[in-house]
Amino acid sequence: MDTFIALYIFMLAGFTGYEIIGRVPVILHTPLMSGSNFVHGIVLVGAMIALGHAHSLAEQIIGFIAVVLGAGNAAGGYVVTERMLEMFRSSKDRGASS
Amino acid sequence: MMIFLIQCGFYASVLLFILGLKRMSHPSTAHAGIRWAGAGMVVAVVATVFLPEIDQSRYILILVAVMTGSILAWVSGKRVAMTDMPQMVALYNGMGGGSAACIGAIALMQTTGQESIHLTPTALVLGLLGSVIGAISFSGSLIAFAKLQGWMDKRYMFPGQHQFNVLLMIAIAVLGVMIFREPQMGLIGLFFGLSLLLGLSMTLPIGGADMPVVISLYNAFTGLAVAFEGYLLMSQGGVAAAGGIALIIAGMVVGAAGTLLTQLMAKAMNRSLFNVLFGSMSSAGSAAIEGSMKEVQANDAGVMMAFAERVVIVPGYGMAVAQAQHKIWELCQKLIDRGVKVRFAIHPVAGRMPGHMNVLLAEAGVPYDLIEDMEDINAEFDQTDVTLVIGANDVVNPVARTDEGSPIYGMPILDADHSRNVIVIKRGKGTGFAGIENALFFADNCRMLYGDGQEMAGKLIQSLKQL
Repeated sequence: MDTFIALYIFMLAGFTGYEIIGRVPVILHTPLMSGSNFVHGIVLVGAMIALGHAHSLAEQIIGFIAVVLGAGNAAGGYVVTERMLEMFRSSKDRGASS
Repeated sequence: MMIFLIQCGFYASVLLFILGLKRMSHPSTAHAGIRWAGAGMVVAVVATVFLPEIDQSRYILILVAVMTGSILAWVSGKRVAMTDMPQMVALYNGMGGGSAACIGAIALMQTTGQESIHLTPTALVLGLLGSVIGAISFSGSLIAFAKLQGWMDKRYMFPGQHQFNVLLMIAIAVLGVMIFREPQMGLIGLFFGLSLLLGLSMTLPIGGADMPVVISLYNAFTGLAVAFEGYLLMSQGGVAAAGGIALIIAGMVVGAAGTLLTQLMAKAMNRSLFNVLFGSMSSAGSAAIEGSMKEVQANDAGVMMAFAERVVIVPGYGMAVAQAQHKIWELCQKLIDRGVKVRFAIHPVAGRMPGHMNVLLAEAGVPYDLIEDMEDINAEFDQTDVTLVIGANDVVNPVARTDEGSPIYGMPILDADHSRNVIVIKRGKGTGFAGIENALFFADNCRMLYGDGQEMAGKLIQSLKQL
């Protein structure tokens, strides 16, 4: 049963991703790619769990690498996306701020 | 109670991711979107710390690893110039893929030896798949990073490379089956080694122009790998299963979104994904172009633009390399003050990623409502008095419409040649990224302004001031 629940989750999540990107203007493609790059930084959670119950030394070393890489994905993805999106303003906003 | 809170945490984080991505798909809410997703990540990480599955003696190790990774990435992400954004995305994406592969490796290793854990057949298959995809994404993204960074500008090919890749895939599949039947340390090591090698060998022959598509593809790959490893975690049960579900949903959303984005990009370049990965772009075979290039001085070009009614700017990556975007925007503001209607026309693959040019223009302060996509602006070129092409080449080459022998034949282009006058700011007489002669430069209504983009933009501003 669990396998099928997982299959439903896979399917619905896939549709969600497709729908979210479907109607995006080209100007947001790069930030969105970067943003989705950040979202799969969730791998950090999996890496932490894996390191959390790693036993042998080899497993711990690989787990440590996994967490470093995952944290890099999440933090780097966030900073880069946030820097890009910070710059998007319409001419109306600009008139108000200057 | 604690467990309930942890479950709520993971649920909330998934909700925040999806709502965040949704908000990121509109310019006015995009900035809030990344904050929502960021909050989701913090909630998920905090929830993970309190999982009963995590051995408390590992807290220090986890803390050190999280700090190391995030501080390095945070600092490098803050420092990098906007022009170098695509390779940073590639780098961070590769890290995610590597992380997913490591999770798979640990789970596979734990199925060997005495205190082995038991994995269901589905979990084992998905774990193996996620590991291959993650490892390919890791080594492939690193190559993409090195290429865009300019560390390796050549395309490394050897005869029989495609056959070699196919053999590698078969070998990996066979190893996967063997591990599925009976996991052994040696096999697992070889399995990962070959997967990493496949990522290298797939990416090395791909030219710089196709890199954006490849990065987007690997982004989708990493998403899938994360989702598969999420299933692996979920199938092991316990409270950590909730974390696994979060990985499945977030990874799958990215996998689907990334695949669609990759298709959009490949379509914009008029190349199929298969072609990008396995074909090679030929640079020969296009017809020679008659006529000559006609030069113009900055003063005359400035006057042409000042007395025009409608001006369209076509920026390319060359503009960003010359750091000319600020000067160009200053020039446009001067023109707008004179009552000229100014628009920016962006080709879907301008820059190093779709939308990269929009980011660079936004950095210079250009409001996004002055920026038009190719479909919207192409009809307007007929009524345009002056089109200023700066640092763009192949995306305005009319050869794509006419010359069937040309490698870029069929690629949608900006119809800059339809406007009354075209001014091209260009460093020298060389060909573009794809190495193809540009028929636009030889057209009767086209004038060449030779020089560095930033310097020439400055001269144009000067000539406007003198009027």
